[in-house]
Amino acid sequence: MKKSLFLVSLLASTMAFASGDIHLDKAPTNLSDQQSLQRGAKTFVNYCLSCHSAQAMRYNRLQDIGLTEQQIKDNLIFTGAKVGDTMTNSMNKKDAKAWFGATPPDLSVISRSRGADWLYTYLRGFYRDETRATGWNNVAFDKVGMPHVLYELQGEQVLHVEKHGEHETQKLVLDKPGKLTPAEYDGMVADLVNYLEFMGEPIKATRMKLGVFVLLFLGIFFVVAYYLKKEFWKDIH
Amino acid sequence: MGIQCMSQNEVDRSKRRFLIAATTAVGGIATIGVAVPFLASWMPSQRAKAAGAPVEVDISKVEPGMILNVEWQGKPVWIVNRTKEMMDLLGKHDDQLVDPKSEAKQQPEYCQNAMRSRAEHANILVAVGICTHLGCSPSEKMKAGPVSGLGDDWPGGFFCPCHGSKFDLAARVYKGVPAPTNLVIPPYKYLSDNRILVGDDSKGA
Amino acid sequence: MNSLTRLLGWVDDRFPLTKLWKEHLSEYYAPKNFNFWYFFGSLALLVLVIQIVSGIFLTMHYKPDAGLAFYSVEYIMRDVDWGWLIRYVHSTGASMFFVVVYLHMFRGLIYGSYRKPRELIWIFGMLIYLALMAEAFMGYLLPWGQMSYWGAQVIVNLFAAVPFIGPDLSIWIRGDYVISDATLNRFFAFHVAALPLVLIGLVVAHIIALHEVGSNNPDGVEIKKHKDPVTHIPLDGIPFHPYYTVKDIVGVVVFLMVFSAIVFFAPDLGGYFIEYNNFVPADPLNTPTHIAPVWYFTPFYAVLRAVPPMFGSQFPGVIAMGVAVVIIFFLPWLDRAPAKSIRYRGPIYKTALTLFVISFVGLGWLGMLPVTPLYTLLSQILTTVYLGFFLLMPWYSKIDKCKPVPERVTG
Repeated sequence: MKKSLFLVSLLASTMAFASGDIHLDKAPTNLSDQQSLQRGAKTFVNYCLSCHSAQAMRYNRLQDIGLTEQQIKDNLIFTGAKVGDTMTNSMNKKDAKAWFGATPPDLSVISRSRGADWLYTYLRGFYRDETRATGWNNVAFDKVGMPHVLYELQGEQVLHVEKHGEHETQKLVLDKPGKLTPAEYDGMVADLVNYLEFMGEPIKATRMKLGVFVLLFLGIFFVVAYYLKKEFWKDIH
Repeated sequence: MGIQCMSQNEVDRSKRRFLIAATTAVGGIATIGVAVPFLASWMPSQRAKAAGAPVEVDISKVEPGMILNVEWQGKPVWIVNRTKEMMDLLGKHDDQLVDPKSEAKQQPEYCQNAMRSRAEHANILVAVGICTHLGCSPSEKMKAGPVSGLGDDWPGGFFCPCHGSKFDLAARVYKGVPAPTNLVIPPYKYLSDNRILVGDDSKGA
Repeated sequence: MNSLTRLLGWVDDRFPLTKLWKEHLSEYYAPKNFNFWYFFGSLALLVLVIQIVSGIFLTMHYKPDAGLAFYSVEYIMRDVDWGWLIRYVHSTGASMFFVVVYLHMFRGLIYGSYRKPRELIWIFGMLIYLALMAEAFMGYLLPWGQMSYWGAQVIVNLFAAVPFIGPDLSIWIRGDYVISDATLNRFFAFHVAALPLVLIGLVVAHIIALHEVGSNNPDGVEIKKHKDPVTHIPLDGIPFHPYYTVKDIVGVVVFLMVFSAIVFFAPDLGGYFIEYNNFVPADPLNTPTHIAPVWYFTPFYAVLRAVPPMFGSQFPGVIAMGVAVVIIFFLPWLDRAPAKSIRYRGPIYKTALTLFVISFVGLGWLGMLPVTPLYTLLSQILTTVYLGFFLLMPWYSKIDKCKPVPERVTG
């Protein structure tokens, strides 16, 4: 038993998200917290959707997190899109490339490629770096093209590097406070990451629930099939 | 010998029959449970539903005597602003029609009237432009008389080029043509005097 | 009932329905001592059916177009009713196919199922395995994610290592200078039409050959040697139906529990069944930092990387990888032991088989890791062990001390 556990953890460590050696903070997400998902959705359409699209995500899918079509129309659609449309944006891809050096990626399944922890670390990991064209750099994504969109809320961080012989530790320090306290900002990012995780696979909660019933059914099937086999195999000696 | 002699007692047989029946039943449920998702995947997807969502149409530019074509659920929908003359002619050829009173359920209840339109805007016809015969889209022959090529007494209407079905300006079918029923009137409602929502007739906000 | 019998008679006069039923099920006599390892043949057939059915339904919604493919998969996952389930069933089925087939092949290894007179069953089985690898490889391009794209790019470039014709050959396979829309379209055609046809044909051949000679068993003895003098039914044989059909139903249900647990609770299985980077759309200008094939290819990928380029060519590595696969075909002629089953084979074969399993799993693990000098050295050692298992077999299987094999199955 111990051996196989060791093997599993060994395998798990080899297939981690492609994140390099950065320490990732654990994202406190909870897909069953609809309030958090709704706050995250609001942050997403307000801050992310002006540059990023989510072309696989339909606005009316937000009904899955407890919103009505009317609420979606009134509070979350700013682009003139219909409630059945996907979350596209009007930013010209060529302009975007010229401004940021890269086209802002579509975020429909970003949580599935990056993982919630990376997103949580990344969105809290911007710091001032005058060597960058945008003035920003990021501990999770070195030389990131995206400027810190949320700096008014978080404030401005700077990176302190301390050397202890061979090792060096990096530490983010809040230089100029923003509108939110660090705890409030972390909460807001957690909501946003929670939403991104939902958006990456809206069916996730449903499939988990359905899976329980499927397994229970197969359990019954197993009992019946087992006794059928046992009954017939009485013949064999 | 691998198999015991076939002299099983009665208890064994009934037990076997029961277990076979039970396994078959559970297996049958499993098969249905698997088949349902696969068959359901043929239903219109969210994209198709979004594309087939109700369509808002501005009719302020549709002058009397004009027709506007819009698309709803991928189908052509005609919006015809009928003139007073056109409407006056509509009551005069009931004997030539299959279903002059629109008794077949080809329209919402609120359009089961002489004009086949909503009473508050009786002149505006909203109809799905798909022939009830085999699904072609009839061409408009709105002008009355010989200019239509459909005879001197043609009161104006629609003519299906595929098999020659004829419809009047209330989208009712003539006798003696292949199409069996009147054209479909879709659900619709007025958002304001000049704005129609095709595909949705729900009340309230 | 009477009319049903008459209908059956009518059909039987025109088509050998009852005859086929008897030959392959109710009067196919299988050894009575099948154990756990004998579930995987029928399970492989089950997974084939699952893949064909789910694949057909995916084809109804998927777009084999470089501009549309990636989001057409997300369209299936979100916009098509139950599309997510069909897609996860198919992606899980792909990996589970290999799990089942590897266990099925391992069964053959431990009980000597490839030995005379079952050489052709083994050859057909290996051809199924090859076709399955091609099927999986081409199917993996279809989601058009980064791993789809770069995996295909790397593997197709292996053909470029072939001397003289290599560069032209790889361009011919791709239909372009890099993996592109043209490649996607031809892989799609192979994945949904050509290879499934080949697979089905080979599976039929595999089963016909099996039913001609009869199944092997954990004792590796021939049950046909001892038949009832009157009925001519093997004394240790039992009719496949009903005995193994009811037994296989149990196996199927247990398998479906594992399968469903993955589909509903962990469809990407920690990145093994669906790689995280495949949720990034293919980008020909941007290679992911680390490319590894899906787990079922990694043992051979590790062999490829273990062999250093020689004379400025990758070709030796490609050859080594090819040899690692092709050599399995020759197993029936490499094994010279008097006993078939591991139960009666000596310590040398048991040791060799253990080393082989370690080398295969170890290579699989190494094939997922980035290259480091240590890992390369390990891969070289394990590749040697892997090849040694086969190449030295004519010698060590002969000198190995086997126990006497019983006349009849031991149950």
